Amino acid sequence: MTTPIITPDLVDLRLEAASRQDATRRLAQLLAGQGRVTDLDGFLADVAAREQQMPTGIEGGIGIPHARSAHVTEPTLAFARSAAGVDYGAADGPAHLIFLIAAPAGGGAQHMAILAALARRLVRVSFREALAAAPDAQSVVDIVTKEVLGS
Amino acid sequence: MKLVAVTSCPTGIAHTYMAAESIEQAAAAAGHSITVETQGAAGAEPVPAGVIAAADAVIFAADVEVRNRERFAGKPLVVAPVKRAINDGPALIAEAVQAAQAGRAETSPAAATAAGPASQGSPGLTTKVDQDAGFGTRLRQWLMTGVSYMIPFVAAGGILIAISFIWGGPEVASKVFGGTFHGHTYPAAVTGIEGFTVAPVLHAAGVAGLLFLIGKVAFFMLVPVLAGFIAFAMADRMGLVPGFVAGLVATATGAGFLGGLIGGLLAGAIVMALKRPKLPRAFAGIMPVVVIPLISAAVVGVIMAVAIGRPVAAATTGMTHWLHGLSGTNAALLGLLLGAMMAFDMGGPVNKVAYTFGLASLASGDTKIMAAVMAAGMTPPIACALATVVRKNLFTPAERTAGEAAWLLGLSFITEGAIPFAAGDPLRVIPSLMAGSAATGALSMTFGATSLAPHGGIWVIGLIGKPALYALALVAGIAVSAACLLVLKSLRRAARAGSRAGVTGSTRVPVGA
Repeated sequence: MTTPIITPDLVDLRLEAASRQDATRRLAQLLAGQGRVTDLDGFLADVAAREQQMPTGIEGGIGIPHARSAHVTEPTLAFARSAAGVDYGAADGPAHLIFLIAAPAGGGAQHMAILAALARRLVRVSFREALAAAPDAQSVVDIVTKEVLGS
Repeated sequence: MKLVAVTSCPTGIAHTYMAAESIEQAAAAAGHSITVETQGAAGAEPVPAGVIAAADAVIFAADVEVRNRERFAGKPLVVAPVKRAINDGPALIAEAVQAAQAGRAETSPAAATAAGPASQGSPGLTTKVDQDAGFGTRLRQWLMTGVSYMIPFVAAGGILIAISFIWGGPEVASKVFGGTFHGHTYPAAVTGIEGFTVAPVLHAAGVAGLLFLIGKVAFFMLVPVLAGFIAFAMADRMGLVPGFVAGLVATATGAGFLGGLIGGLLAGAIVMALKRPKLPRAFAGIMPVVVIPLISAAVVGVIMAVAIGRPVAAATTGMTHWLHGLSGTNAALLGLLLGAMMAFDMGGPVNKVAYTFGLASLASGDTKIMAAVMAAGMTPPIACALATVVRKNLFTPAERTAGEAAWLLGLSFITEGAIPFAAGDPLRVIPSLMAGSAATGALSMTFGATSLAPHGGIWVIGLIGKPALYALALVAGIAVSAACLLVLKSLRRAARAGSRAGVTGSTRVPVGA
């Protein structure tokens, strides 16, 4: 792959956010900082539209804000850990692991297949536990890259 | 066991795949094989037709419409929101296995050979019947299957009638069928719903009148659909003919939904008995298409007409005489009695006797009895609707849907709005509704409220004398019925708790509907 889906610059292991909107914005800012999102507010609007259809929180303390958006240049994952937790609307409580998935609107099947592989890992307990325990940003990147591209 | 599943979600980049992964893991853990079609942004790879054909059950974990769902028609189906698949894959797999077992039991060997391999399994319609359950549970599941197919008819017909009242004024009913309304006597524009011409209806009552008539046509199907699908739940597709015939006879003889309920059970039982003997292959071919429908329809039709139709007619005459004999006795007592009668069978013979008595009283100038009768007919649907809101978990999802329409139906004096509740659980619901309607009837008579209109409910409030006290009588009855419903249903739930697994959030629905 030319562009990795995640880099250490796209990881925040000590996220502090007042709300899910705030948390999503902070992660989206990481994307914008890397030039992967061209219009921050436009992208956030697309994510909010998806979130509005149904909250993206799932049980086990996971939040997965995501969107296919014209403002996204590369399929990308931004990852954050929040000790306090951020409410993403899951029935069993706030999310401690937050995955912002950004897909280009016209993304080809190959791009989408990578994101699909990533999404499948999210429901694996071992993957979650590894990310929860990762000591630094680089190890998060290594875990994701190995799991999603190495298999 | 072999399973197939389709997952899909609005964006198609996250939940679709997470759900797929979750149910694949759950299936593997439970020792089943599963093929998942992810209808997401990465492009869906269709499940091969051969895999679908070999599958024992299908799972749709989808928040958007499943594409090409007709490929899965006829398979036992479990439908759930995509998030449920992610959060609780094992439960969904367990439900699919249960659905597969129920589907397999429905298709008896005789029926399968007879219908040919092309139409194995249920014909795209599903029941809520768990064949392994005890008789009491199965009886309730048979009734609930009939009710779930009846509810759309109640809602569509009832709301059409209510709309016609709001649009054309409640007198549309009198304009269409003839009768006296607020001192004005209208000629009938139609003789009945079986054979009407449109021009006189439009002339007499306009488009609102036509909508009213169409609502009545939909209502005409209530009892046949109830009976037909009770029999379907018991005996699969072959139950449909005798079930519908039994329901139509119940309607024609005025036996109401209780008659239809009995007819449906009878039809199902007859077909179950007829399916039992193992027959030579050559003969088996014509059994499901000709022989069983013919025999079962004839038997159930004759039984319904003779054993139910005649006693109903006799009882109707008897009750009418008896009521007229009571005229002039204690007003509150008469109201109590009429109220209880109105709620007993909601459109059935007992209800009709009470309502006709109200009409006769109105014609002879006694407006109090009409008021009591109308009020007692309004409380049952409203009480059911209220109960579904107060304690949601005591009611099935289908009943809660029926509850949403029941508010409007009750307010419009369309007592049929309570039938889905009564038909699904008659022994608890009917007494509860009778208690509240009896209270309303007695209070309305005691207060001396009057009505110059024979129908219309809230929409004829201007023709009600002492409207405030009338409303009080209504509220009191609604409270009594709703309280009885909640208490009786809670007791049943408490008794059943522990003996049976909890009801899950997903439902089984017709494929390709």
